[in-house]
Amino acid sequence: MKSRTTILFIAFTAAVTALFAADVAVGSVSIPLGEVWAAITGAECDPATAKIVREIRLMKAVAALIAGSALAVSGLQMQTLFRNPLAGPYVLGVSSGASLGVALFILGAPVLGFAGNAWLASLGIAGAAWIGAAATLAAVAAVSTRIKDIMVILILGMMISSGVSAIVQILQYLSAEEALKSFVVWTMGSLGDVTSAQLALLLPAVAAGAALGIAAIKPLNMLLLGESYARSMGLDLRRARMTILLSTTLLAGSVTAFCGPIGFIGLAMPHVARTIFRNADHRTLMPATALTGAASLLLCDMTAKLLALPVNSITALLGIPIVVWVVVRNRNIA
Amino acid sequence: MIRLENLTIGYGSRILVEKADAVIRRGTLTALLGRNGTGKSTLLRAIAGMERIMAGDILIGETPVGEYTPARMALTVATVTTERIRIADLRCRDVVALGRAPYTNWIGRMQAADADIVTEALATVGMAGYADRTMDRMSDGECQRIMIARALAQQTPVILLDEPTAFLDMPNRYELCTLLARLAHDGNKCILFSTHELDIALNMCDDIALIAPPRLFLQDAGAMVRSGHIEKLFAAESVAFDPVTRSVVVKR
Repeated sequence: MKSRTTILFIAFTAAVTALFAADVAVGSVSIPLGEVWAAITGAECDPATAKIVREIRLMKAVAALIAGSALAVSGLQMQTLFRNPLAGPYVLGVSSGASLGVALFILGAPVLGFAGNAWLASLGIAGAAWIGAAATLAAVAAVSTRIKDIMVILILGMMISSGVSAIVQILQYLSAEEALKSFVVWTMGSLGDVTSAQLALLLPAVAAGAALGIAAIKPLNMLLLGESYARSMGLDLRRARMTILLSTTLLAGSVTAFCGPIGFIGLAMPHVARTIFRNADHRTLMPATALTGAASLLLCDMTAKLLALPVNSITALLGIPIVVWVVVRNRNIA
Repeated sequence: MIRLENLTIGYGSRILVEKADAVIRRGTLTALLGRNGTGKSTLLRAIAGMERIMAGDILIGETPVGEYTPARMALTVATVTTERIRIADLRCRDVVALGRAPYTNWIGRMQAADADIVTEALATVGMAGYADRTMDRMSDGECQRIMIARALAQQTPVILLDEPTAFLDMPNRYELCTLLARLAHDGNKCILFSTHELDIALNMCDDIALIAPPRLFLQDAGAMVRSGHIEKLFAAESVAFDPVTRSVVVKR
């Protein structure tokens, strides 16, 4: 049992490393792995290749690695917290909140008449998305401290999320074609536009989210038995909920801010990790989910680059069969 | 061990139990009887510190439940709820090991002593052979025993169980109560469980707590049978309680 888990971890780490290298190599111009290695290590190679690898490809691959693991881990946290296999990082409105931020930024500024505002312009799409996501989750978190039943929080989260989406639609309806297009492109998700300056913001935010996630491992294990059991074993429910919600905001919110709403990784990958590692203990499952998420998004990014499609459609096409399979399998057990 | 002092519980304006005084002793198996909706679960949750008390107090040992922190309460009271827990991919040993949560470090690392306690808890409920199986493929009776083993692993002087016999067939109900009686007597624990099984409660438990709204009576089983409270409680148009056979008979 122990050795099987160890072997799986080694295999998954190797797979993620290989996919990372492949992701750097694949693109509009394929670069042989030998040259990729040379460019990264600083050995002698074609300066143009070195520039592409170091300044563009590497950033994208790192972004895919971080985004994949962050989204998958936040999905796992939501599934355990809500004891719902179909919960994901977006159930509480991270995605719709971020969309509202971006919509206000891209579409709303002209409509509301502060397009020329320098402060808003400097904020950037990522900042607007992050603020939108954080504000939505803060609203959900504020409500959750006053409510006992976790299912009520789930429903309220979905309602807040739907309300926010409606506002986004109104903004879309009212806005000019050009602004609309750049908004729609953002909603398709992209790992390509992540700059090194953005990565410098993304990394610490995700690292903080991961640290909180690790701190939540024991509470999450206790929550497997439900909230009343967890509480009877000494868990401070409010604190645990806040830790988990904050962790999700930092992980999924930051990734969404910089890469757009990337669907299905957070929903589907925890199930893949559970099935392969056959262990619900979060001490094993959380790192396993992070590796699975990273591997899957690297794979999707490569496919998206090769076919020149938006990454969001690839993650959906990969994730939907997995989710369908989970639902059907759960039906069979019950 | 558990002392109810002038206790009133309920929701809003609806009072379930009013001004109850009772002592639930250590080393004793106590059954909590009462009809549906009379506040059995509410009383159990109130003792575990999870329900607001309207008036009076509940003391566990010498301390009112309101003064317990969640961490300290977890060292004093273990609970088995009516919830049916079925987690795929989690072995019985790991479920029982969660009962060690109040004792383990921030990430839940099990020491050798913790692992021994888990093994012993599984053996006590007769489930040693199930340690590496998962609960999604086990019967209700087996799952119930695992959840009791989890409560045992928590090593608390008090164990509360909400209708532990509800999903079990007849032999399993009797076996479960035999197990609870053994734990109370041999382990010197204070065990209180709610049930609708009159015959099991009256024949196998030491004490009976009975909620006859809005009052709560607590006596040893023999005295409770003689007291006439049970007849009154279960008096309905079609059934009656017969104190001689200690069972419910259908009126003709």
